Amino acid sequence: MSQAQNRPKVGLFATCLVDLFRPSVGFSSAKLIEEAGCDVHVPIAQTCCGQPAYNSGDTKDTRDLARQVIEQFEGFDYVVAPSGSCSAMLKKHYPDLFKGDPLWEERCRRFADKVFELVSFLADVRGMSQVKARLDKSVTYHDSCSGLRELGIAKQPRQLLATVEGLELKEMAGSDVCCGFGGTFCVKYPDISGKIVSKKTATIAESGADILLAGDMGCLMNMAGKLKREGSTIEVRHVAEVLAGMTDGRPIAGSGK
Amino acid sequence: MQFTAPQFKDNAARALADPQLQKALTNVEKGFIGKRAAAVAALPEFDALRDKGREIKNHTLAHLDLYLQAYERKVTESGGHVHWAESAEDARRLVLDICQRVGAKTVTKGKSMITEEINLNDFLFEHAIEPVETDLGEYIIQLRGEHPSHIIAPAVHLNKEQVEEDFRRVHTHLDPERDLTAPETLLSEARQVLRKRYFQADVGITGANFLIAETGTSVIVTNEGNGDLTQSLPKVHIVVASIEKLVPTLEDCSQILRLLARSATGQDISVYTTFSTGPRRTEDPDGPEEYHVILLDNGRTAMLGSEFQDMLRCIRCGACMNHCPVYHAVGGHAYGSVYPGPMGAVLTPSLFGVDISGHLPNASTFCGRCESVCPMHIPLPKMMRHWREREFEKHLNPATARYGLGVFAFIAKRPRLYRMATAIGARLLNLIGGSKGRITTLPFASGWTSIRDLPAPEAQTFTQQWAARQKQGA
Repeated sequence: MSQAQNRPKVGLFATCLVDLFRPSVGFSSAKLIEEAGCDVHVPIAQTCCGQPAYNSGDTKDTRDLARQVIEQFEGFDYVVAPSGSCSAMLKKHYPDLFKGDPLWEERCRRFADKVFELVSFLADVRGMSQVKARLDKSVTYHDSCSGLRELGIAKQPRQLLATVEGLELKEMAGSDVCCGFGGTFCVKYPDISGKIVSKKTATIAESGADILLAGDMGCLMNMAGKLKREGSTIEVRHVAEVLAGMTDGRPIAGSGK
Repeated sequence: MQFTAPQFKDNAARALADPQLQKALTNVEKGFIGKRAAAVAALPEFDALRDKGREIKNHTLAHLDLYLQAYERKVTESGGHVHWAESAEDARRLVLDICQRVGAKTVTKGKSMITEEINLNDFLFEHAIEPVETDLGEYIIQLRGEHPSHIIAPAVHLNKEQVEEDFRRVHTHLDPERDLTAPETLLSEARQVLRKRYFQADVGITGANFLIAETGTSVIVTNEGNGDLTQSLPKVHIVVASIEKLVPTLEDCSQILRLLARSATGQDISVYTTFSTGPRRTEDPDGPEEYHVILLDNGRTAMLGSEFQDMLRCIRCGACMNHCPVYHAVGGHAYGSVYPGPMGAVLTPSLFGVDISGHLPNASTFCGRCESVCPMHIPLPKMMRHWREREFEKHLNPATARYGLGVFAFIAKRPRLYRMATAIGARLLNLIGGSKGRITTLPFASGWTSIRDLPAPEAQTFTQQWAARQKQGA
């Protein structure tokens, strides 16, 4: 962790799902951010961005959590999260929560300007056009909804994946169609979520790829869980793991049937 | 129609288990999405038109009182009558009064979601007046005693074989040996049966896609021409429309028309776009003797100035439901309300109360595809979230969900406690996951594990591992 003067300081917002379920995504993200010429900091008190409360209509608790995140991260040059939906929460929805608040509106806007989703940060902010990684497998990439529609993330991950040596991208049909996760939706309406994710796993299988990638742990856990329930051997990983060349560990939900 | 939004979960379960319906629903995905995409791609100014459309509607809604008055003046000048209906009951009563005054026995109807909203057909039947739906889809579902499952394709939940069965059951005056295997034969049979009804009808009822303040004109778009026959053959034409259909000028209407069919069916424009201004004039070859417009509020003025005002821009193209993964999974009837899909998830609680339609704004993944295709830039997910906020404020969501949310927020707001809880959680789930790295059943998580395995975590959280590495490095 070099501390050169001109290296921007990046606060890594790991997201609660990465923190609890997939630490390797946190380490992959840190590696990539460093390769992009930045210093990585992980505020140890970070918890959750507040989406479960926000999407359940609980704005008071959401504001409390938002203030907590802003206080922990506003001192960094950038705030980066390996998730489209958590980044969009910090960048697009936090400002909505503090509209008209004399103390927090401006403070929140300044914070939100510094927030980026990981792959978009690497490609759009740091101008990364090449990664140092190798993977002799075929992959298919699912566009998670928030990253795609709220932050415009679609070509960046594909461009960087194209520079992974040995990797072949096999697009699935309807890669921009929701996987049925939807946060609390997937447990509030499991039957409907199950129907949507089973259509998704069918198109994933049809792509013929060895590995499924995406940029959001929620979607990945949903799709991986369904693939494994169906007995699929397709491996599932976060896109950061592949871009960082850190694919030695166990895939999400394990490997094999 | 029977309002079954409170039973959304049961409706959805039935829909998911219905192979006929599931087969029909694949047509929504296959049919509409590609056609809309091609139509949009072929019109470079489509996005500019969307901005313009939003601007026109926002302006109209900001001055709705003035435009409604101007519209009424113009309709009256052209010899028509405007009737104001605050509620569904008022609107039904107004329609009935006109029908009874002219001694109507039969009324033909062009497709109108507003008459579905006010449950007009049942009401007319109760008063010995027979309503006859003339749009093919509406005609089919009327034969079946059903209601539309889609706002522009009312019978999209049916397959051809089911329609054939219904025609054979109802059209008993026709040769039972006739061949109805080709879709065109069904169409031509419906035409033949309906043709007689147009001439019998005493009153024709249509909806309106637009009402133009500048000219006092009502506009309908159809692909079958049934609307034209409905409104020009009987001696009375009644337009039933809600107040947000207003646009200031003909030019404004033309602009939004360019968005409507492209967003709906991927056509450049519908086959028929019909402008009606007043009753038949002396020099006209045909047309109704009386022209009435019933303007329905039914909760809409209460939306003005609220966080749901943007919903009043909706032009009922159906693009949101055509692109909705939840609609694709369960179809329109599961929503249990006249308006299904994302637009219905916002509108239904506005019209009928969030206390009885709370499932609808909750049954969304917030994928945002609806908003991305909405020709009027309506922020549908945001407004569904507003309904969830109202529900939360009024303590309408289930106690278990509130409790779970409370525990989550309590812990997430206390980083030390959170670290402890997640450290224990990671260890525990890792143990349960074992060497497979996934969990097939878990108490209290059946919502997840009934459908899919739960990926097991590593034994330590990211922050734990990061802190340990920092220590080693230091």
